[in-house]
Amino acid sequence: MDTFVMRHLPALLIATPLFAAFLMPLVGTAGRTARNAWAFLGALLTAAIGLTLAWKVWTTGTVLYVFGAATPQQTLPPDAAFPIRIMFQVDAMSALMAVIASLSALGITIYSLSAESKQSGLETFYAMLFLLIAGVLGMVVTGDLFNFFIFLEISSLAGAALVAYRIDDGVAVEAGLKYALLSTVGALAVLTAIGMLFAQYNALNMATLASRLQFTALDKVALVLLAVPLAMKCGAVPMHFWTPDTYTTAPSSVTAFLVVSSQASLYGLFRILYTLYGDLLQFSWATFGWFLIVLGILSMFIGVTMAIPQKDVKRLMAYHAVSQTGYMLLGVGVGLAVLGNADALAKYGKTAMAGGLFHIINHAMYKGLLFLTAGAVFYRCGTRNLNKLGGLGHTMPWTMVFFMIGALAIAGVPPFNGFASKLLIYESVFRFSPFLSIIAMIVSILTLASFVKVFHSMFMGPPRAEFAAAREVPAPMFIGMAILALFVVVAGLAPQPFIEHMINPAVDALVDRAGYIAAILGGR
Amino acid sequence: MMSYLLLKLPYFTVVVLTLLGLAAMVFKKNLIKILMGLSLLESAVNLFLIVTGYRTDGVAPIYTNAPSLHMTLPTVQALTLTSIVIGVATSAMMLSFAMVIYKKYGTVNAEKVKKLKG
Repeated sequence: MDTFVMRHLPALLIATPLFAAFLMPLVGTAGRTARNAWAFLGALLTAAIGLTLAWKVWTTGTVLYVFGAATPQQTLPPDAAFPIRIMFQVDAMSALMAVIASLSALGITIYSLSAESKQSGLETFYAMLFLLIAGVLGMVVTGDLFNFFIFLEISSLAGAALVAYRIDDGVAVEAGLKYALLSTVGALAVLTAIGMLFAQYNALNMATLASRLQFTALDKVALVLLAVPLAMKCGAVPMHFWTPDTYTTAPSSVTAFLVVSSQASLYGLFRILYTLYGDLLQFSWATFGWFLIVLGILSMFIGVTMAIPQKDVKRLMAYHAVSQTGYMLLGVGVGLAVLGNADALAKYGKTAMAGGLFHIINHAMYKGLLFLTAGAVFYRCGTRNLNKLGGLGHTMPWTMVFFMIGALAIAGVPPFNGFASKLLIYESVFRFSPFLSIIAMIVSILTLASFVKVFHSMFMGPPRAEFAAAREVPAPMFIGMAILALFVVVAGLAPQPFIEHMINPAVDALVDRAGYIAAILGGR
Repeated sequence: MMSYLLLKLPYFTVVVLTLLGLAAMVFKKNLIKILMGLSLLESAVNLFLIVTGYRTDGVAPIYTNAPSLHMTLPTVQALTLTSIVIGVATSAMMLSFAMVIYKKYGTVNAEKVKKLKG
């Protein structure tokens, strides 16, 4: 049994949430307790499988899983020289993303158990939530380009349905439609690009495609059609306009996971630039690096300046999410810009990438935590308007503590995890271009200023009569927030083990294009 | 010349469909028409996928009683089927969104449907 599970981990990683999703309506008929238990069990199993899989990748190297083959490791059919089956290729980079996704999936599911308990139609809510989780996990572990498109669509559709879940006065549906429309157009562009690549090279497997790519004119068009929608889906300025609407209207637990879903798109963008095209871009690594850097700087600065005047706390946080995505793009962009220069890459390029990737996991945790605290305040007070809120520190002390942890982490204040990754970015980017590093620091200061304001208007001041009934959140919401907060504190106090065992292997995996290809086709 | 044009005709159709779809999405104000534009775009992509899979004189890869072994790899057909299924799901969901919006706002004019600001 143990070996069976261990052998089929990558498949189980997707199968578990899918199974949980499709049986949810059936289990839901047995009553509330059964439904909640099923949701909890599904999330717990998914998280356990995700962590075990990542552990396996860190200890034994890339894990391959070929569907329908005689053994899961048989990448090439006996009578063909190229892979024809769908396969999952989980290297250290994918493992990092899988850990992020499965951990926050666990946190938000537990949180939802009580946060959504007043709503109706919860069977479909959880079914959609698990579909979203399956889609995101699929995006980060797949080694097949068309499969990536499928999971992208699954996560977009489930995400849009969840955004529109609280119909209320139609605003949520408006945001859901916007998200669905943009995602579909983006996904169609991705599909066109996949068609262009398949028509030329007869392969959908990323490693095979990478080994065959000639960088013809059509490949350049395909690169644009792949990179732009994925940059849009990760919320980079100037294609960020959907993020505030979507993040504001979605239920808070969903928003926390939409952040992870947008980071899966970021992963896709990095995968395509580093692994699929990689060496072919060598004549213009600086250009593509600067493409990411400029996107990053714009996102950072415009995101934070748009956040400052917001009155809706979730909308404010959504703009901060745009801003924080900029740090990841900046870090990884600097790495891409110096990819051709082995000396600079070793000196600061890899550190910048490590900072960017570390920021992905840190961001998923503290941003998720912040959205969950905003959801907790909304749950007890029924409003998200900062001008109306106040004095909650008296009645919701734990929510306040969690908010403080998240706010200090996002502002990059030690000893929280945001500081660890931002310091890596500042140090390394400074050696690339001091100016960029200074912008990054200014954005951090503005972030802190903005969150001081939020903290003050939500939690400080005398207790207000209208919120006298507000109490501390129920236990499941508390546990959901505590899981994320614990990670924020631990990764901030002791970042070294995380960087050594999770981040640096991911950086090496991303840079090592030949290794990714060799894992499938053999030989180097 | 004529046969060459005929072979390339599907690609022209793809381009025309794409442009029509994009034009509908950009210039139309009615949400339903915007969604129709999206459907056109989807059809264009599906047609593009199918066309790339066409091989002159190729036969379906069914070995029983096969007239020749000059067969086409049916991957793109499989991709297109998948893409059509996804398209149906997407259209159904977005049309139901449009329906809810009509119920709540009393209009499907994209310029009047904007309670979201900031």
